Amino acid sequence: MPGIRQFSGNVFPLNRENVDTDQIIPKQFLKKIDRQGFGKFLFYHWRFNDNGMKNEDFPLNDEKYQGASILVGGNNFGCGSSREHAPWALLDYGFQVVIAPSFADIFYNNCMKNGILPIRLSHSSVEVLLENATNTNYELSVDLEEQVVSDEEGFHSSFEIDPYWKQMLMNGWDEITITLSYDDQIKQYELLR
Amino acid sequence: MRPRNIVEKLWDDHVVYQENGKPDLLYIDLHLVHEVTSPQAFEGLRLKNRVVRKPELTFATMDHNVPTDNREVIEDQVAQTQMTKLQENCTEFGIELADIHHPDQGIVHVIGPELGLTQPGKTIVCGDSHTSTHGAFGALAFGIGTSEVEHVLATQTLWQSKPKTLQIEVDGTLGFGVTAKDLILAIIAKFGVGVGAGYVIEFTGEAIRKLSMEERMTVCNMSIEAGARAGIISPDEITFDYLKGKRHVPEGDDFQKAITKWKQLTSDEGASHDLTLKLSGSEVEPQVTWGTNPSMGISISQAVPAPHHYDKKSEQEAVQRALDYMGLEEGTRIDEVPIDYVFIGSCTNSRLSDLKAAAEVVKGKKVQSGVTALVVPGSQSVKIQAEKEGLHEIFVEAGFQWRESGCSMCLAMNNDIVPPGKRCASTSNRNFEGRQGNGARTHLVSPVMAAAAAITGKFTDVRKLMTVYQ
Ligand code: SF4
Repeated sequence: MPGIRQFSGNVFPLNRENVDTDQIIPKQFLKKIDRQGFGKFLFYHWRFNDNGMKNEDFPLNDEKYQGASILVGGNNFGCGSSREHAPWALLDYGFQVVIAPSFADIFYNNCMKNGILPIRLSHSSVEVLLENATNTNYELSVDLEEQVVSDEEGFHSSFEIDPYWKQMLMNGWDEITITLSYDDQIKQYELLR
Repeated sequence: MRPRNIVEKLWDDHVVYQENGKPDLLYIDLHLVHEVTSPQAFEGLRLKNRVVRKPELTFATMDHNVPTDNREVIEDQVAQTQMTKLQENCTEFGIELADIHHPDQGIVHVIGPELGLTQPGKTIVCGDSHTSTHGAFGALAFGIGTSEVEHVLATQTLWQSKPKTLQIEVDGTLGFGVTAKDLILAIIAKFGVGVGAGYVIEFTGEAIRKLSMEERMTVCNMSIEAGARAGIISPDEITFDYLKGKRHVPEGDDFQKAITKWKQLTSDEGASHDLTLKLSGSEVEPQVTWGTNPSMGISISQAVPAPHHYDKKSEQEAVQRALDYMGLEEGTRIDEVPIDYVFIGSCTNSRLSDLKAAAEVVKGKKVQSGVTALVVPGSQSVKIQAEKEGLHEIFVEAGFQWRESGCSMCLAMNNDIVPPGKRCASTSNRNFEGRQGNGARTHLVSPVMAAAAAITGKFTDVRKLMTVYQ
């Protein structure tokens, strides 16, 4: 997994609260046994009408957002099912960063384990971003090292992230390899039970 | 020693390694596995030449996409691939599997307790968000993603930051005809789908203590729907009675020793929680959700709300979108809304006591014409027990379909699907858009409320049926 430190990209605004993982990737696409190729099913029932044609009312289908790599969403983003297919679909579609006022726990973890950076910003900051991205073609920069989100017009907001996860994401480390280096401690624990 | 709450005790017991600036490395006592969220994890192990560290602490079943009608021919080839893959993975890595034809097969959260794998004091994980169910036994149980499944398979541990705790105290007693499902739906309607984010919820209070184990499972099951990864209830005599004699539970003297240990698993006198919320059991009425997340719920005597009842613009929009999706007019009394489908099942409400309670309402009556009604037992063992007690006959005579065990219409990954635009009274836990099928309209209710809806063809206060026919 490649690490991420600095990142810039176009923003796709999804101004909805409680977007659940059933919406991000509907269950009929969970039957694959590998991790690839989920991007084309991202937000399937919002992006496509029942006849399989594009739903022109869903903003992701707007020309303006083609190639967007930063998703800005509402409260409690990623709630519901634990399916990791949700971050797999986001990543495969091209989203590398997701910004929201709050995330569901499992989804937040699942993002980091797949090299997607989830960022919590205040309600007011998220509102600014949503508005900017709704009106114009809007680019944001994310600096994970400095923990800052900014744009060229002067928007500047810092964010919190657990130092452990920050290191993992920046370096693109494999968590299992790290944990296996604690084998002595695990054995010790198992012995003492 | 400083007084600790139950979550702190369980946490301290399972820390393998601790270091400043890192999450804690936590030992996992039981790992449950199913066919949908595991194939990529096993594949990951294989790619790196890794083994499963503790196959004996791992147990697998097939539940999410198994057919519930004919099990001899699996028509869905993609689902078949996932099942075959799980079979191969379990054989290769030495994991016990209750496959589709096994007498122990069932929804992973139903069979864990049934087999006595679920016990107080354990850390339990599964690649499924409703793992919170097992918290009913005083276990720390939570759902994980597929990368974490792989991590637990390889290391039997997880890096976890210590959660905050939220105490939800329910005083008094639930009223006549009001169930554990109504209680948890009322809690979520009152406090919201985000209230538990970042917390483990400890449910306390008189009304909780009076619940049976199966009712406690219903409550903890839906903790995730309140945003919490886990819910927990201290074990007590009710817990011990339930566990006694279960297959994986210690016997004889060892059982007594286990009980002595389990009795320590209560929050100490003077222990604190980061937040406490209260609710009175007697204020809860039978619930029906009207919208597209579990907090969009009302009592059976209420009307569907209007967007202008809400302050925030984003809430107003969400309510409007939900009304549109659900095909409901604001201000409509929910007990005037007709239904097309009834689903009694899922890890929330498919246990023997749920089926018994529903059968009690159905007995001697007929499903309203035009309504398709299904009962899907949570496990083979529930099914067999129910058949011994003749419940299947009550359901079948009334016009219900009596099925094999699995997740079924809870998430509609198999053929059990609610068609677009159709309305379903469902005992499951999620009413998200498309959850029971593309365009399907899901209303969450208790098993007795689902039974009442099947009989009358619309949402009905089950207490009325109960008093009339008593
Ligand atoms: S019954 Fe529904 S909620 Fe429970 S494990 Fe199965 S799909 Fe998930």
